Amino acid sequence: MALAGINWFKYSSPASFYPLAGKMMPWFAGLATVLTVVGLYMSFFVAPTDYKQGEAYRIMFIHVPAAWMSMFIYVVMAVYAALGLIFNTRLSAMMASSLAPTGAMFTFLALWTGALWGKPMWGTWWVWDARLTSELILLFLYIGFMSLEAAIDDPRRATRASGLLAIVGVVNVPIIYFSVQWWNTLHQGASISLDKAPSMATIMLVTMLVMTLAFWMYTIAIVLYRVRCEILERERHSEWVTELMEERK
Amino acid sequence: MLSVLLCMMRRDLVLAVRRMSDVLTTLFFFIIVVSLFPLGIGPEVEILRLIAPGVVWVAAILASMLALGRLFEGDYRDGTLEQMLLAPQPLSVLVLGKVLAHWAVSGLPLVLMAPLLGLQFGMTVEGLGVLLVSLVLGTPAISLIGAVGAALTLGVRGGGVLVSLLVLPLYIPVLIFGAGAVEASVTGLGAEAHLSLLGAILALALCFAPWATAAALRISLD
Amino acid sequence: MGGYGGYVWGSYIVTALLIAAEIIWVIQRRKVLLKRLARMSRLTKG
Repeated sequence: MALAGINWFKYSSPASFYPLAGKMMPWFAGLATVLTVVGLYMSFFVAPTDYKQGEAYRIMFIHVPAAWMSMFIYVVMAVYAALGLIFNTRLSAMMASSLAPTGAMFTFLALWTGALWGKPMWGTWWVWDARLTSELILLFLYIGFMSLEAAIDDPRRATRASGLLAIVGVVNVPIIYFSVQWWNTLHQGASISLDKAPSMATIMLVTMLVMTLAFWMYTIAIVLYRVRCEILERERHSEWVTELMEERK
Repeated sequence: MLSVLLCMMRRDLVLAVRRMSDVLTTLFFFIIVVSLFPLGIGPEVEILRLIAPGVVWVAAILASMLALGRLFEGDYRDGTLEQMLLAPQPLSVLVLGKVLAHWAVSGLPLVLMAPLLGLQFGMTVEGLGVLLVSLVLGTPAISLIGAVGAALTLGVRGGGVLVSLLVLPLYIPVLIFGAGAVEASVTGLGAEAHLSLLGAILALALCFAPWATAAALRISLD
Repeated sequence: MGGYGGYVWGSYIVTALLIAAEIIWVIQRRKVLLKRLARMSRLTKG
């Protein structure tokens, strides 16, 4: 237990995390590539055509993992933000801000692929379904987080303010989801049945999980890469960065 | 504790009364926005009655959001806010006092004006009553949640637009239950469930928002 | 693709493009940053 504590604190310092992230990044990138290839192969060649939805259900192999990742990343981001605020660790705040663009991208992808799936299946690009509406609100929350951070010049204040916003947002996410659900059931005007894929066959579920893992590994890889940039940028006046730049020459 | 709260409220109310024009601006903004909808949609009473709760609620949210800028701006500029941070009294209580006073001058007028606007939209008396109650419960929650956004964007360039981006998504539950309450009562479902949930949101906001706002102020003035 | 080709490819291609764009974006950011830091360290030394 004591050992774990020491390790944790050692790598919570940007100077020692920077090389570690550099070493870990290629592994996660490699894993992401392999999983993406496997997932794509499975989603186009292994998974059979759905008897009800035809080929269009193959969109689900991107849509569902993207939607899962979008929510998961927001929670992880809020946890990092909370750690950064409570323990005043610079690294956690940097992780939170590195996660936001990727999370926003997955949220957008979930909406985009959802629209492309909805058009042939439901006949419209968009319905005010509870899930769609909450995903849209999640995108707004991501955009708010990023714009607040971009608007404040002082980097320390920027990360702390956006961190607090992320925490407030994560407290609100269940309330928003619940209220949207309530609102949606009250307005059952839409004549479209909102049932997604009926009973999911095992092979489809496995494919979806592989794609989710691929997205997950991709997220870790790109966030590590981005956090390295973030560290260099914020610590550029510190001694170890100067030394690092000397070594590179 | 209570005396600190009351003292803060009295101070802010006096300040607001001395500058009555600010209060009136918010109120007129609310009235104008609501009046624009019939012009944009058409004068059919049936449609207007249908959309009235949503229109009034959205307009109330926009109006109180516009007023958010004034919540901390004055005290921030003349340095009073920094004194409050250093004060021995808990900051969250001071913040609560400020927010309640702010609601009394920016939210309460909207609440009182709303039934009049509802009449213009052909709402029934019962609907008006529910609208009034939903606004009474909902607008303080909006002021409380908005205070967090106002504190976070204090002194930031483009803060006015930014604050809307931050707080509008957080207002959605209040809007849903507020406008939903009126609709439910009109369609005969009864508004109790919506109003109770609105009350629950207000209670939650009363507990957590002053505390989060205090934290945000400390970050902003660090 | 049984008549759904446009929708399926539309999803997959946009996903691929966005991910590629994000990767290019972060690599570019690192390049620019390293150049700036190198210039900074040269300036402080010379």
